[in-house]
Amino acid sequence: MTDAIAIERLEKTYASGFQALKPVDLAVRRGEIFALLGPNGAGKTTLISIVCGIVNPTGGRVLVEGHDILRQARVTRALIGLVPQELTTDSFESVIATVTFSRGLFGKPADPAHIERVLRDLSLWDKRDTQIRYLSGGMKRRVLIAKALSHEPKILFLDEPTAGVDVELRRDMWEIVRDLKRKGVTVVLTTHYIQEAEEMADRIGVMSRGELLVVDEKANLMRRLGRKTLILRLAEPLAALPPALSAYDLTLTEEGRTLTHAYAATEDRPPVGPLLADLGSAGVVVGDVETRQSSLEDIFVDLVHGGDAPDSAPTTQEAAA
Amino acid sequence: MNWHAIRAIYFFEMARTRRTLLQSIVAPVISTALYFVVFGAAIGGRIQEVDGVAYGAFIVPGLIMLSLLTQSIANASFAIYFPKFVGTIFEILSAPISAAEIVIGYVGAAATKSLVLGLIILGTAALIVPLRIDHPGLMLLFLVLTAVTFSLLGFIIGIWAEGFEQLQLVPLLVVTPLTFLGGSFYSVDMLPGIWKTVALFNPVVYLISGFRWSFFSLSDVDVRISLAATFGFLFLCLALVAWIFRTGYRLKK
Repeated sequence: MTDAIAIERLEKTYASGFQALKPVDLAVRRGEIFALLGPNGAGKTTLISIVCGIVNPTGGRVLVEGHDILRQARVTRALIGLVPQELTTDSFESVIATVTFSRGLFGKPADPAHIERVLRDLSLWDKRDTQIRYLSGGMKRRVLIAKALSHEPKILFLDEPTAGVDVELRRDMWEIVRDLKRKGVTVVLTTHYIQEAEEMADRIGVMSRGELLVVDEKANLMRRLGRKTLILRLAEPLAALPPALSAYDLTLTEEGRTLTHAYAATEDRPPVGPLLADLGSAGVVVGDVETRQSSLEDIFVDLVHGGDAPDSAPTTQEAAA
Repeated sequence: MNWHAIRAIYFFEMARTRRTLLQSIVAPVISTALYFVVFGAAIGGRIQEVDGVAYGAFIVPGLIMLSLLTQSIANASFAIYFPKFVGTIFEILSAPISAAEIVIGYVGAAATKSLVLGLIILGTAALIVPLRIDHPGLMLLFLVLTAVTFSLLGFIIGIWAEGFEQLQLVPLLVVTPLTFLGGSFYSVDMLPGIWKTVALFNPVVYLISGFRWSFFSLSDVDVRISLAATFGFLFLCLALVAWIFRTGYRLKK
């Protein structure tokens, strides 16, 4: 099956000499939600802009549904919808006029029924005759999404879709994206909110300084690079580890009140059961059990800041027993 | 050809004109009427006629050209500069349209506007001064060619401009002076000695002279040279636009 987007050795150096993209290879599969994660200035927007035809690449090539973005631009661009990061709208146009304009611009004959559907899906129908300048920021964001969906694209790029958007709207936005996926649209979103990628994406690519550091299924990524920590809160403080437990990699902390055991998330059979049994026979009474798993955020910070292996200091609580 | 896109851009631009009717149509008509009053009535009282044509009528083609030139440039430059300024240009650049289609949409709309404006001014003038048009076909041809050429020039200026000041620079410092010195209000023959020769380096002289010939069959330069010069400017602008889109100059990073 052809990938929705195939990027090969794509490079971009701006006239200023700044290298925004080092040779990047990436394949986005049809129908998936792919999140490009990275700090500001990582090259995410440059990458998207090249695929959409707004920025000229310096080298490499991009195929969209098997078509070259430079030689078959007319074909590839008709397949793509782009929601830009900035709220760039025609302030004086009405919502319905600007969305209808976009459909025409992308070469599709007028279809008022489709435009109505898009506007209703995005809760914009009641505002259709309002000039865009009178809309709130969140509503403007919806207008941009409606414009991008006006021509029924197969691939939708969302560049920081929830930047500066309140929590409720963010949830709405995620629901819209999931709905698009159900309809078979391939979605590529960039974000620097890790929670967003964790929530939405099937696969994640982490970018930093123009390089794609890692691309993997979200679950794999978290398993491969994630760490788990088992924390045992003891009923009575221990002065020292009982010798019977020396086989386990345990650390006594908090003045003897907790025992911690760290292990890789990929470990098939973490020795939690035997450990608890051995603790019982050694007469150590466990008051509470907690496991922590490193979040995508920890993984991300580790990747971007250089370390190959993530720190063993997980932060997010996954479960508390 | 992506006709849907051309239509979309064209009607988007025409809708913008309807929203700004006062500024786009009414204001230029009023300022032209003022020229008639000042030049036609005040100076016309002293000059009476030029080469057998009443002065009031003599300045009509020049006045139409003056509006046509400035409005074509203003319309087209703003049309493409504004999306650049607010950022909505991303949509045009990412759409499946060719450079030619973008130009036809924007320049077509700008030229249509100034053409309508030119005809309105012509109509207004006909109410004020007795007018005759010896060669209506050629008159329309000059009108269309000039509207298209200077809308193209405006489009180029809009792409080149990096700020509102630059947007105004060429129209104010180049086009308006050249038009005033291009024989809008006088015949080049009326200029003293060397200035007659200097005037021939002003491209606007050829436009006004040819246009005036289509009204009164009298001109400063041969009408064929005027026509050739007008086509020359058109092709020059087309070549520049083609270069801009080929290189992505000031449009793409």
